[in-house]
Amino acid sequence: MLGANCLRANSWVCGAYLSSREGQIIHFTIQHLELSGLSIGLGLVFAIPLSLLALSRRWLRASVLSLLGVIYTIPSLALFVLLQPWLGVTHATPVVVALVAYSQLLLVRNFLVGLDEVPAEVIDAARGMGYGPLALLWRVRLPLALPAIFAGLRVTTVSTIALLTVGGVINQGGLGSLLFQGFQDNFHAQVLVASVLIVVLGILADVVVVGLQWLATPWQRAGQA
Amino acid sequence: MARHPLATGGPGVSLPGQTISWLADGNNWRGVNGILDLTVDHLEVTGLSMLIAAAVALPLGIGIGHRRRGGRVITVVANAGRAIPPLALIIILASEPSFGVNTRTAVAALSVFAIPPMLINAFTGVRNVDVDALDAARGLGMNGPQLLARVEIPLALPLLATGVRIALLQTFATATIASFAGTRTLGTIIQINQATNQEQAVLAGALVIAIEALLLDVVLAWIQGAVKPGPRTRRRWGEGRPALDSVVAVSVSEAA
Amino acid sequence: MTDAMIRLEQVTKRYHDTVAVNELDLAVNPGELCMLIGPSGSGKTTTMRMINRLIEPSSGRIFLDGDDVTHVDPVQLRRRIGYVIQQVGLFPHLTIGDNVGTVPRLLGWDRARIRARTKELLELVGLDPDVYLRRYPAELSGGQRQRAGVARALAADPPVLLMDEPFGAIDPITRERLQGEFLRLQHDLHKTVVFVTHDIDEAVRLGDRIAVLAEGGRLEQYDTPAKILGSPATGFVADFVGADRGLRRLTVTAVDRADVETPPVVHVADAVADARQVMDGAGAKWAVVVDGEEHLRGWIGRDRADGEGTVGDRAHRMEAWVPLGATLKQAFSEMLQHDAGWVAVLDGERFVGVLTPESLHTALRRSVDDEAGVAVEESPLRQ
Repeated sequence: MLGANCLRANSWVCGAYLSSREGQIIHFTIQHLELSGLSIGLGLVFAIPLSLLALSRRWLRASVLSLLGVIYTIPSLALFVLLQPWLGVTHATPVVVALVAYSQLLLVRNFLVGLDEVPAEVIDAARGMGYGPLALLWRVRLPLALPAIFAGLRVTTVSTIALLTVGGVINQGGLGSLLFQGFQDNFHAQVLVASVLIVVLGILADVVVVGLQWLATPWQRAGQA
Repeated sequence: MARHPLATGGPGVSLPGQTISWLADGNNWRGVNGILDLTVDHLEVTGLSMLIAAAVALPLGIGIGHRRRGGRVITVVANAGRAIPPLALIIILASEPSFGVNTRTAVAALSVFAIPPMLINAFTGVRNVDVDALDAARGLGMNGPQLLARVEIPLALPLLATGVRIALLQTFATATIASFAGTRTLGTIIQINQATNQEQAVLAGALVIAIEALLLDVVLAWIQGAVKPGPRTRRRWGEGRPALDSVVAVSVSEAA
Repeated sequence: MTDAMIRLEQVTKRYHDTVAVNELDLAVNPGELCMLIGPSGSGKTTTMRMINRLIEPSSGRIFLDGDDVTHVDPVQLRRRIGYVIQQVGLFPHLTIGDNVGTVPRLLGWDRARIRARTKELLELVGLDPDVYLRRYPAELSGGQRQRAGVARALAADPPVLLMDEPFGAIDPITRERLQGEFLRLQHDLHKTVVFVTHDIDEAVRLGDRIAVLAEGGRLEQYDTPAKILGSPATGFVADFVGADRGLRRLTVTAVDRADVETPPVVHVADAVADARQVMDGAGAKWAVVVDGEEHLRGWIGRDRADGEGTVGDRAHRMEAWVPLGATLKQAFSEMLQHDAGWVAVLDGERFVGVLTPESLHTALRRSVDDEAGVAVEESPLRQ
């Protein structure tokens, strides 16, 4: 298992791989984190105005969700490829754009559901006490929608990290590229390490989001009493 | 693959134009690596994986939901399904000599990933059946299997259908990638033409995949609507997209 | 007319083809607790919500403390009015302290002042600030939540309070307690309150005046509880109040000195022989036993007054008693509870007299005759 023997033997579990290809592994891991992070961050940024748009009119809500749903149905590789002519083949831009597009359905949907679930009596009490519409949204409806928003964010984060892997097929997938390269070279250790790292990143990201949620919603902790 | 005269695309013909031409060429549809042939392969792989996965996921999900235990296991499975990239499993299996680069590998991997959506939805669907309805049924003298068959499953049918729909779309999408591990699917169009730098063909392939996926979704939506008990409501296509219903339900309950 | 704190003038609310409230005229005096009662569809909640403009009137005018508020900025208006609803509507994501301080914060008070006021109010409603300031609504029981809701409504010290069936979702035992506490609160604070309820018993117990509304917000009668029960103005009111309004009248009538009978009285230290004499002289079968300070000690029956010894040896304890000013209902209840033929009436600790079933009935009929003369201040001590 240890030593250069495992490299020659092409074992799956090989410590020597880790030591000898450290730079490469770190490079792709960072790339994976950067691309996922960028996609998730942009996803949140876009989801907010989209959600507010969907809120403004009934028919807009249905239309926006329909459109986002259609995008979500398109298989990821197909979408990456379709975006390439316009967004470039040598950059990761098509992949990031596609990942952002995929994240929208879940983020916007959960945002809307979260707002829907705010109890009617809380809104009534808030208005009755003299909250104007803006304050109502900002101080009452949004905070109470946070649990649902975080639920969506959790799933989006993990999914995005996993979905980025597909980009490896067109060499824009962070650890996915490492994975696919390892397959083409029949390099078992590389394949395994890349796979494991992707999963670990996903789990870590999930934990981070849960932690953020815990921080942002103190009343949910208290409710366990 | 025969090249259409226009496919050479000089400075005068744009990429979209070339793509349309490629699609218009009947040769690209017929034949061994033609679109139709690959579509059939793709659907076969998808269908087979779905059958295997359903045979495992549905009984398991219904059973666990009936007993109303094991919710934690379901959550773990859900998270695992999301965190593990399908491509990784396909590649790992394909690298193992006992599996190899063939259809069997792809089906094995695709089956694994088709399980979580159906499992989660089956579990949630059965578990969320109205407790009062169950109580009444028990009071009428129904035993376990009867409850399951006559009350729980019928009432859980919408969510079961949702799970199947999600799994099917997901498997269809993932089958695209399976072509890179050697199985013949629609992804093969992209794979082959990428290697030979036939941009218009690659683009055309992607377009075909996207459109077929959307068509499949429409068909599934229609079937799902037919299965849902209760009054028929007019729905805009795509609205009430179930891809996320269960995800939201599970995620929110996890978050709670 | 300009004395009224809240005045509705020809207020109407129309929805497409239905009229929820039809040209309602209503005036609530400062410090008065006005109960709005009626069946569903009577527009009582709609009326209340038009006062703070959560529902905009279709026509008519609304006056608050003499000012026409029909068209002012509703958001600013609501910050001057306390609002309590049945499901409370505490903000789940804020602590009780932050909940209570909501309106002061909207009004821009400084933090120290908000803090102090919050603590003051929590104590007022019976929630220990040290315990509850930092708790979240999810950690409180239904009764506690409603108390917090009331504290929140009172935070900015609004002159007016709107309450929409605030105790409706609470179990009867806690509700009874909360009603009592609310009465005491109102006694101290003298807020002008509009209180919507569908429970006639609650209306009778709490209200200074009751407005009975029928379908379409038609005002059937607007009067004190005693008058509503004693002389319902229309058949609707009589039906609504219920067939046992006679019984209900017991709860609004107080025991008066004039109602009590005075049976023979003996002292605890008297000789039994003397007691015998007193009873025989009055033709009574029993006598009340008091001590030197005229405190009630018990009673003695004629049949036990034979032989020698003191009254104290032979007397029975008297369990059934009520204070002067208690309601007739309480007197009757005591009587039934102790299976006694009479109940003693005490003024503080001093024995005043007794009530028997007959004298109870007479007292009730007396109150009917007294109708015209009953002023609000003389209404019974509500418990």
